[in-house]
Amino acid sequence: MSETPQPALTPLFEVFVRSRRGLDHIHVGSLHAHDPEQALAYARDTYLRRGEGASIWVVESQHITASQESDAASFYDPMDDKPYRHATYYTVPEDIDTL
Amino acid sequence: MDATTQPDTEDDIAQYAIRLGDDALIHGQRLCEWSSQAPTLEEDLALSNVALDLLGRARLLYTYAGEHLNCSEDALAFSRDEPHFQNVLMVELPRGDFAFTMLRQLFIDLFEIRFFNALTYSQDKQLAAIAAKTLKEVEYHVRRSREWLPRLALGTPESKRRLQAAADELWGYINELFEVDALERRLIEQSIAPDRQNFYDDWLAEIQHLAIQCQLELPDSPWQVAGGRAGRHTEHFGHLLSELQFLQRAHPGAQW
Amino acid sequence: MQQSQSQPIDREQFEAKIQAEEKIEPKDWMPESYRKNLIRQMSQHAHSEIIGMQPEGNWLTRAPTLKRKCVLLAKIQDEAGHGLYLYSAAETLGITREEMIDALHAGQAKYASIFNYPASSWADIGAIGWLVDGAAIVNQISLQRTSYGPYARAMVRICKEESFHQRQGYEIMQTLAAGSKAQREMAQQALDRWWWPALMMFGPHDGESAHSAQSMLWKIKRRSNDELRQQFVDQTVAQAQSIELRIPDDDLQWNADTGHYDFGAIDWDEFNRVISGNGPCNRARLAHHVNAHHEGEWVREAMRAYAERQS
Repeated sequence: MSETPQPALTPLFEVFVRSRRGLDHIHVGSLHAHDPEQALAYARDTYLRRGEGASIWVVESQHITASQESDAASFYDPMDDKPYRHATYYTVPEDIDTL
Repeated sequence: MDATTQPDTEDDIAQYAIRLGDDALIHGQRLCEWSSQAPTLEEDLALSNVALDLLGRARLLYTYAGEHLNCSEDALAFSRDEPHFQNVLMVELPRGDFAFTMLRQLFIDLFEIRFFNALTYSQDKQLAAIAAKTLKEVEYHVRRSREWLPRLALGTPESKRRLQAAADELWGYINELFEVDALERRLIEQSIAPDRQNFYDDWLAEIQHLAIQCQLELPDSPWQVAGGRAGRHTEHFGHLLSELQFLQRAHPGAQW
Repeated sequence: MQQSQSQPIDREQFEAKIQAEEKIEPKDWMPESYRKNLIRQMSQHAHSEIIGMQPEGNWLTRAPTLKRKCVLLAKIQDEAGHGLYLYSAAETLGITREEMIDALHAGQAKYASIFNYPASSWADIGAIGWLVDGAAIVNQISLQRTSYGPYARAMVRICKEESFHQRQGYEIMQTLAAGSKAQREMAQQALDRWWWPALMMFGPHDGESAHSAQSMLWKIKRRSNDELRQQFVDQTVAQAQSIELRIPDDDLQWNADTGHYDFGAIDWDEFNRVISGNGPCNRARLAHHVNAHHEGEWVREAMRAYAERQS
């Protein structure tokens, strides 16, 4: 083996928490752990000390694929110019409060 | 049961609660010593969580005992002298290295998961309630300590050596976890306390199974130490108490 | 070729975001100096939380009641957690936890100088919570609006958790001040020792801070050192008066014209001495961190080796 060994770094995990009252998992931060189970345990100790959670997801940071800001023009803008997807685009008679 | 046995039972229950509280307080105190010293930041947080669970448990038990003895939780923690503390000796041993701390934790967690489960069936409602709350915490503790065993046993030659050394040192303190004295015998007969001896075989079987999986040698020595329940402590205990009780002793009667 | 042509546009977009109070996120283009400035500030903030665990940890095994012990442990644990949030946020900028720790150990990265003072009595635990956390909160509330997204979000989280930190410290001081003569003296002496170092936490006067000007321009820093320091003094004077402790400053006086308290001159020689490594506890704080890290190496190595075997 002629390769110089790389310094082994502890994998970085991203943590997502859904609170008891929440509907979605929210990214709350990251931590270092050697396996998913350990990451989950540490996530509970780090991010749920005040009992805020109902569900935790941990994902190794390297497995997250993120969009680039430079993609914005083609990635996001077409989503942004269709106002008819928003409820506020439409007028509704004032006495109707069920729509 | 005639009327004369009733006060004795309440006395016994109070002493029993104190004994369990002592186990938790002293173990919690040793875990506090890891603050800002853990191998990783994440582990510092995890150890602190276990310590907080133990200290919280001690508070519940002392408060309960204090109701009968008409004293506060703090009076029990800070005013008693060494011979009156009834913790098992294993918890008062110095924290040692991480292998020692985690193996001690494993031995105790595997005991407590069985013990507190049984205590939830206590005829004493308050003890049963404390046991139910404790059980949830212990389930988490035992998961953690079970996960650490193979990491240390099968990690590096050094971690294995340290774990083996920890096993050799701790083994002599194990029997005391399962000892039943006259106080507990009386409470067992009234279905207030579980019989510790009932857990030994099952506990040992699990330890042996884990040891085989992890290639850890369980010591063979017959040497066993006990005495904590009777207030006979190791030389470590006096130093622990000095630290724990110093402020209250230096300022008798003060409010904090 | 394409990169150098796009840079002026990137820079414009970056500046526009800053002006518009939009957040800069990890994948966004940013000037190298912005990135470096943030790494410095965030990692030093994280180091401060971790080193700050030590003076409080000094009284954990000796806390005088079970309740105080639990509260103190929860506070110290929060500090570890805050360090962790900040290290995580800093790692989004391309630096690793190991690199940040190495920089701390090598003396290249600093931490808040306030932690170079010893916690010599139980009252110090009260003073630290009341004054040190109090000062940190003033600074942190302002940082919730910092321009870098992960830093701002970490600060929001931290601010939510800080509320009990200052209160528990003040409550300790309140109890001591209302206690025995020895306890009152303990509290007053702690206030005497921690007051000026707490004021120094806000850093040099505005005109004299090397990094401040650029940090303000990039909205990393939102309010100036002197502004924040004044806010802290104004709010703390009434707190001290309420528990009948004397702030150790003969020049402290309400100024009706400005609507603020005038206060005495800070000893910047002491500040510089302590921040450059010659405070009472600098060596001990760093040695403690280095030793703990060193002691833990075999554990981290075991974890790595075991994980590799499993994969």
